[in-house]
Amino acid sequence: MAKLKDLEDYREEIEHCVKCGACRAHCPVFVADKREGRVARGKIALANSVLEGEVGFEKKVLEDMSQCLLCGSCCAGCPNKVHTEEIVAATRRRIAEQQGLSTFGKGIAAVMGRPKLMNLLAKSGGTLSAILFKKLPEDSGLRLRFPAPYLEADRTLPPITTKPFRERVPEIVPGEEGQPTILFFTGCGINYMYPAIGEAFLRVLKFLGVTVIIPKDQVCCGLPAVSAGATRTIEKLAEQNLAALSRHKVDHIVTACASCNAGLGDIYAGMGDAFTDLSAKTVDIFVFLANHGLPEKLAALPKADKRIKVTYHDPCHLRNRGITKEPRQILKSLPQVEYVEMPDAQTCCGLGGTYSVYHYETSKKIGARKAANIAASGADVVATDCPGCIMQLQDNINHAKGKQHPVHILELLVEALPEEF
Amino acid sequence: MLPDSTIRALEEIVGKDNVFTSMADRICYSYDATQQSFLPAVVVHPGSTDEISRIMKLANRELIPVFPRGAGSGFTGGSLPTRGGIVLCTERMDRIILIDEENLVATVEPGVVTEQFQKEVEKRGLFYPPDPASLKFSTLGGNVAECAGGPRCIKYGVTKDFIIGLEVVTPIGDVITTGGPTMKGVVGYDLTKLLCGSEGTLGIITRIVIKLLPLPEAKKTMLVLFDSIDGAAQAVSAIIRGKIIPATLEFMDGRTLDCVRQATSLEVPEDARAVLIIEVDGDSEFLDKQAARIAEIIKPLGVVETRIATTPEESEALWQIRRSVSASLRKVNPDKYNEDICVPRSKVPDMIRKVDAISERYAIPIVNFGHAGDGNIHVNIMVNKKVAGDTLKAEGAIRDVFKAALELGGTMSGEHGIGIAKAPYIPLEITPAAADYMKAIKNALDPNNILNPGKIFFDEEDSVPE
Repeated sequence: MAKLKDLEDYREEIEHCVKCGACRAHCPVFVADKREGRVARGKIALANSVLEGEVGFEKKVLEDMSQCLLCGSCCAGCPNKVHTEEIVAATRRRIAEQQGLSTFGKGIAAVMGRPKLMNLLAKSGGTLSAILFKKLPEDSGLRLRFPAPYLEADRTLPPITTKPFRERVPEIVPGEEGQPTILFFTGCGINYMYPAIGEAFLRVLKFLGVTVIIPKDQVCCGLPAVSAGATRTIEKLAEQNLAALSRHKVDHIVTACASCNAGLGDIYAGMGDAFTDLSAKTVDIFVFLANHGLPEKLAALPKADKRIKVTYHDPCHLRNRGITKEPRQILKSLPQVEYVEMPDAQTCCGLGGTYSVYHYETSKKIGARKAANIAASGADVVATDCPGCIMQLQDNINHAKGKQHPVHILELLVEALPEEF
Repeated sequence: MLPDSTIRALEEIVGKDNVFTSMADRICYSYDATQQSFLPAVVVHPGSTDEISRIMKLANRELIPVFPRGAGSGFTGGSLPTRGGIVLCTERMDRIILIDEENLVATVEPGVVTEQFQKEVEKRGLFYPPDPASLKFSTLGGNVAECAGGPRCIKYGVTKDFIIGLEVVTPIGDVITTGGPTMKGVVGYDLTKLLCGSEGTLGIITRIVIKLLPLPEAKKTMLVLFDSIDGAAQAVSAIIRGKIIPATLEFMDGRTLDCVRQATSLEVPEDARAVLIIEVDGDSEFLDKQAARIAEIIKPLGVVETRIATTPEESEALWQIRRSVSASLRKVNPDKYNEDICVPRSKVPDMIRKVDAISERYAIPIVNFGHAGDGNIHVNIMVNKKVAGDTLKAEGAIRDVFKAALELGGTMSGEHGIGIAKAPYIPLEITPAAADYMKAIKNALDPNNILNPGKIFFDEEDSVPE
């Protein structure tokens, strides 16, 4: 049985916050909206007051708890490494348990003083959401990311594919003997929005001769449900994935989505012993490729005469897991790429699971900083390792009237492969 | 609770969006880095000097205490709303008004974050040296109110050495200016210096005039491991005697290194019992010579190893040991009292020995690190508040540490201030006559005792711990 931690289990973690205020320098939400309730220190104080019964789930508490990207920047900059993103997620779960998930959503809507949101369905966003809803399964995290009534008209979203990635490919793509067998955990972003990334994934692994298994019965990792506080949904999805992934004997479970990587590698790891093996086997595609000699193979290729300037955006869920080197290493070894580093590459793009849907205005402020940093790098292309980030980066760049293209590193990687792959 | 009419009056002054009365908001402005907590009745975020002036007049009419607050990152409780009332947060006033490159002077509002200001002036080849550890999030208003220090103070001086003028709302709501953008000025009392470090008890800083320096071209970082604290301390004196004043001269004692060894994978040789991190700055061709000269001076003093950084990345790697201390200490004991005593720099080894003796007497770990160059030692008394008797032991140890510092001609606080945390110990350092002199100033300027009451000196109505 998958079991997530309760807010009660975080008492000790909460005590580790010494209220120094260092999180103020790192929280993207606080930087956009300077109020103590926005920053980790304030949220921890509130979570503690909730545990002590000093404050109930009043409007302002809901608002502050919803104003978090769960990006973990605070934890990265915290001298005591307090996991505020986990404390906030646990608080959201408690709110959802006591008030119901929809109440939480409604509560946020009321708090933000935008009752008119419900009517937006009828406007331009509506058509899009209607299509979205038809094509997405009930339990896909994308449904939580884009609950129809909350979509804003000026938002850029990728189209939903008519044929999901996992329906396009066989369950087993055999490789060469002596090479490892891996399981590809696609995630919803690749399956429903960016099947091309999935196809690029398969071509790169074919190049290395690796056998790839893509279980048809895998489901959403559950990370957007973590953001929304939907305890039972997360636990149910985790159990389904455990069953689907355990059927196959593989060396690694490989993700090409930062959020899925954190979902399987981190969130599941805290849900009971049954998940230990699954979490331990989870590896990011570029870590896998870097460990299997791809950079050396690429470096042997002649550099292109005309190279494109590419920068890299660190998805929060990889940065938090210490994966920052390998994606850059792969990019730098590509013959057609001239790598440039952008300022503050490690700050959040502003998506934050369900955050950008409920707090689009603040999310846009955070995104504007990101867009400015991308522009400052002088790059034509911003590469990353997460479909969610790609979607948000495109929105950020569009609002800033920029011309850069956000892509997955895999999409650049296949351009460098010999034609037969 | 304040009457509705007061809240409405505040809303009229600063706007409805800038007055906060919900429980959640009050909780979020109840604490600072002392980890003590006092609920305010209301939090206001004024946007101008005039608004602050009107708030102070209202507070005087209705006799409501006002507690000014920047980022709330102080270590002694200077911004804590110990008597409820109004928390007046200056964070909205965060503009850099002017950076005058001809006169090397800047004018800022109090809510500007220290590091952001430093980055802005550095873009223009200018330099604001004070570097408290909190510079990435603390505000300049708070830095001035507490007279913040930092590692670079050995060469460049503390916050007050760079503040040449202020605009201040007085406790009764008048607006005054002190000093100004000139390098000299002797008209009347030097109120600028009086207000720097007055911990928000004498006025609310609304504008700051800051003296700037040209930005040094480069810096060089060295990390030197010694086999004894005496060797490290002698090295400090020897460097200064050799007529070199480094930009920073940070040290960590053996117990601190034990913690770092235990808690991290950083490379700290077993025979190292003290560390100095030495940074020199200036013209680049000059730095290699200085570093070589320092290495030569300290060579006979029990050096275990010297590491010199040649790139910013390597320099950052050297600082890792220092930056890892905070988290490492937590693994020894969960709670710490961080006292920032300061002694004449030649007395640092004596002070460390006295602290070691105190640590043994009370049987609690005490680790020392800090700014060796100016004798400012961070004495960290490590306890577990959940263990019965630990808090009492810590209080005894703190008192003894202060006494020891005073015996060596030092002071209780080099840079954190007094607030409420050190208020009980004030009589150890300040004579009754001197205390009365200071209190007379406070009483004259704040007849209703409205502004940050009970800070530095406890009033009768505050409980005075033993």
